[in-house]
Order: sequence, then C-alpha cells, then structure tokens
Amino acid sequence: MSEQYLIESFERYFNEEMLPEEKAYFEKMRNENPELDQMTVEHKVFMDKLAEYADRRNLKDNLQSTHKSLLIKGAIAENEHNLSKGKIVQLWHRYKKTMGIAACIAGLTTFIISGSMQVIAPANRSEIQQLSRDVEQLKKTQDIQYSKIKEVTKMPEGAVVKSGGSAFLIDGKGYLVTNAHVLKGSSAIVANSDGQEFKTIIAYVDHAKDLAVLKITDADFKPVRRLPYDLKSGKVDIGAEVFTLGYPRNDITYNKGYLSALSGFDGDTSTVQISLLANPGNSGGPLFNKYGDIVGILSTRETNAQGVTFAIKSNEIFQMLKNWRDTDTSAISNVSVSEKGNLKGVNREDQIKRLEDYVYIVKAYN
Amino acid sequence: MNPDKKEHILLQGLANNDSKAIEIIYENNFSTIQALILNNNGSYDDARDVFQEAIMILYEKSKSESFELSSQIKTFLYAVCKKIWLKKLQARGKHATYLDPSLIENTVIQESDLDTARQLDVDFNIMEAALEKIGEPCKSLLKAYYIRKKGMGEIAEMFGYTNPDNAKNQKYKCLMRLKKLFFAQYNKMNEDE
Repeated sequence: MSEQYLIESFERYFNEEMLPEEKAYFEKMRNENPELDQMTVEHKVFMDKLAEYADRRNLKDNLQSTHKSLLIKGAIAENEHNLSKGKIVQLWHRYKKTMGIAACIAGLTTFIISGSMQVIAPANRSEIQQLSRDVEQLKKTQDIQYSKIKEVTKMPEGAVVKSGGSAFLIDGKGYLVTNAHVLKGSSAIVANSDGQEFKTIIAYVDHAKDLAVLKITDADFKPVRRLPYDLKSGKVDIGAEVFTLGYPRNDITYNKGYLSALSGFDGDTSTVQISLLANPGNSGGPLFNKYGDIVGILSTRETNAQGVTFAIKSNEIFQMLKNWRDTDTSAISNVSVSEKGNLKGVNREDQIKRLEDYVYIVKAYN
Repeated sequence: MNPDKKEHILLQGLANNDSKAIEIIYENNFSTIQALILNNNGSYDDARDVFQEAIMILYEKSKSESFELSSQIKTFLYAVCKKIWLKKLQARGKHATYLDPSLIENTVIQESDLDTARQLDVDFNIMEAALEKIGEPCKSLLKAYYIRKKGMGEIAEMFGYTNPDNAKNQKYKCLMRLKKLFFAQYNKMNEDE
C-alpha cells in the first residue's frame, strides 16, 4: 500500500465513507497490525489538529474583518477623540428611543423642505455631470474603430450600447466595482486593457450610493490569485497625491491630481473633491493614492469648472459590500486584500503597468 | 427576550462562527476592554490582540457542550482580558505601580482556562509554520480544501487542474508533506516538556 493510498483510506475511514465490508476489513487489519493501528491514530491526531487550526483560522479572520468593519461603522474607535466612547454609547442606548423619534421628525421635515425646494428651485443638478460616456460619445469612437470592435465583441448581435465607463477588480474571482450610473442598459460586458472582452452579470446595485458590483461569468476569465492593491478604509488628507486609470477612450488612460476637499459637491460627505482632469468614461474608475492603493472611485465632475472631479470614498464601497452581504448569501465574503504596500516605492510607470490589468472598460447595452 | 436567553444565543452563534453574533459581542464589549488596556500602559494594537485572544478563549468554551457560562459574557471577557494583560505586562517587565488597582484584583478566571488556550495557540502556530513551509501551490490548495471548505471541482478550476481527480491527487501529496512537517515540530515540542 502506498502512503498516499493509506492517507486516502484513513480519510475515508474517519469520514465514514467506507462500505461496511471494507470497514470491517480495515478494522481487522488494524487489529492485527500494530503499526497500521498506530499510523491510524497518528493520522487522526493530525486531522484533528488541522481541523482545530481551520476553525481558529476562520475565527481569527472573522474577528479581524469584524474589527475593520466596526471601525468603519464608527462603533469602535482607534483615536483619542472617541476615547470616552463607552459613556457616549451608554447615553446613546438610554436615549435611543427619544432620538429615534426626533430623527423621524427631522427626517420628515427635511423631506418636505427638500421636496418643496425641488418644486420651487430650478434643477441645478446640471452643475455636475456623471462621467459615464453617453451614446453619442461612444458612437463617435465606435465609428472609427467599428471594424475592430465588430470582429471581437462578445456583445449579442443587434445590441445597442447605452453607456460606458470604467471598473476595477475587488476580488480575484472576477468581481468588479463600478458606478451604478454606468450600467444604463440591461446587461454589460467588460474588457481588460488588452481589449479582451468578458461577459458579466450585474451582481448588486446600490442606486443611493451610485455603486454596483459586476461579476465576470465568462469561462475565458482566469481568476487572479492576488490583487496588487488594497482597498484603503482610512481618511485621505487634503493635498494627497492621487491618480486614476480609466477608459475615456478605448485605450486605458492615466490622469493624476490631488485631493482638494474632504467633501464632495454641495458638501456631500460620501464623496471627496479632487483636482484631476476626468472625462466621460472615467466613471467607475479607481482612485489610487501614491502607493497604488485604492482610496475611492471616480463618479462625477462639475460641469462649470475644469478639473473639479468627485470621487466616492472607499468607505462607501465597504458599506455597500456589507449591505450586500447582509442581504445576499452569495455575496463575496471578504474583499481579498493584498499584502500592504505592495507597490510602495515603485515608480509610477511600473505601478501603472502592474495596475492596468485590473482596470476594465464597461460597455452597457440593451 | 430575557437576557439569559440572549446571551445563550450569542454564545451559540460564536460557537458556530456566526458573523452576526461575533459582531454583536465585539461591538458590545470592545470599547470597555480598549479603555482598560489603554489606561494600563497598553496601545491600540495591544487592545485588539488581548480582546481577540479573550474571544478565542470564550469560543473554545462555547464549543464544549458541558459549558455553562456562570457569569455574563461581559464579565467573563473583562476578567479574561485583565488576566491576559497582566501576564503580558509582567512578561514585558513593566512595573505594576502605574497600574489601575482594579487590574490586580483577583478574578474569577481559572488558570487552567488560560493554559488550554496557550496549548491551542502553540499547536496553531506549529500548523501555521508547517503550512508556510510547504510552499505554493500546496499551501493555497490545502487552505482552500480544509479551511475554506471548497469542493474539489471548484479547487480544480481555481488552480487550473484539468480534472478534480488530479487536484485530489495533488492534495494528498501536499497533505503528506504537511503531516511530516507538522509532526517534526509537534513531537519536538512535546518531548521538551
């Protein structure tokens, strides 16, 4: 009996997978052969230790991700301001009900006011512009590259492209994050920087946050073991250098800028303002810090000013993933995070070479 | 729901590695422990480590059927954290003079609970070191099968094996190597004692 065959037998024996006769034979052998008996026991010890290890590993990972998500939620803190949190939490529990009622009233009032404002005030939303490429824009590029696209595209015949944008992998298994507004049609295909196209399904959409998750379903897609970037949850400081990769054209395009304000359009706290030239098609693209870690996702720009662009904070991405997990068991359980500072100290050209493989162009169609 | 019942459900959730239960236990207790550690010469990292260590101990207890928590989860965790932290401080050679007197007060936790936890930690580290040593793709393959409980078909696809049988073959080879590495270290540790 080869050792491998032995191990296989042990496993089947302990997992109760043996047929009755086989089991009886195995037990007889054990009985007559002290050496085999000892090996069986030893293997059992090993398998128990491995199971114990698996249990603890899973729990440890679970604890780490709980810690991280509670930090983001603000339920626990790691800075001095919130040291007296214990007290505040107690007070909060005591007055939760009262505050709930107050919040309801406040919410209702806001609702009525903003409702009436919308009726009275002229729509000023044209001041900002979503950075997805609309049909005209795309048509132009399509006309030029028509023959090329037609040859390779995986879009169903007769499909009309409704909008396009960028997306990036957040999980090596083929999950991409993009803006909800990029996905105007009913389906979408994505292509990597080499132009290879993949079919996707829309896995999750959060219109309020303007975020969505696409899952590549194409058999051609090779899962990635490890992404070269981390999704950073912490705050980014004003003046921090940032850059983006995206698809305002059919080729991947690099732009750089800096964080210019900690809130977005009209003081929106879920976004930040960056001084960076972005064009339609950049929507859904990752916003990297100088080390190549993701700190946000590009979404809109101000129409009246050049270079005023807004990015959704990465915390919102974490929140969305959490909401998704809470409602759907098929959701990805952990954002696969690479080792810290993977691209630290690497010059920009090389960073881009490493990163461009993970940024995709999205073409939504009907 | 009466408080005892709630605590019971939380413990059961913990025993099953249920994320929701873990989050509730974490959220309800972490800040208190953090304050305890920070006020007694500890850092944020210390607080996280000590707290998570205490949860591991609670986890082991919650898994054994005979276990009945005689005190509330909160009291238990607080007592365990106190004990762990005091030991860590002593190991670091810090003077107890700056410490909050309540830290030194006797706790209801038995020394044997901490000893079991320490033994489990030792075994855990031996297994972890062995897994690190076998290299890729063995490490990822075994982790996918034994820790993330993926099926052989899925694993074959993930790693690019042409069929599940080949993946299974590879798994046994890896397991054999892991077993050898594990026992080399494990037996050495147990002989020393």
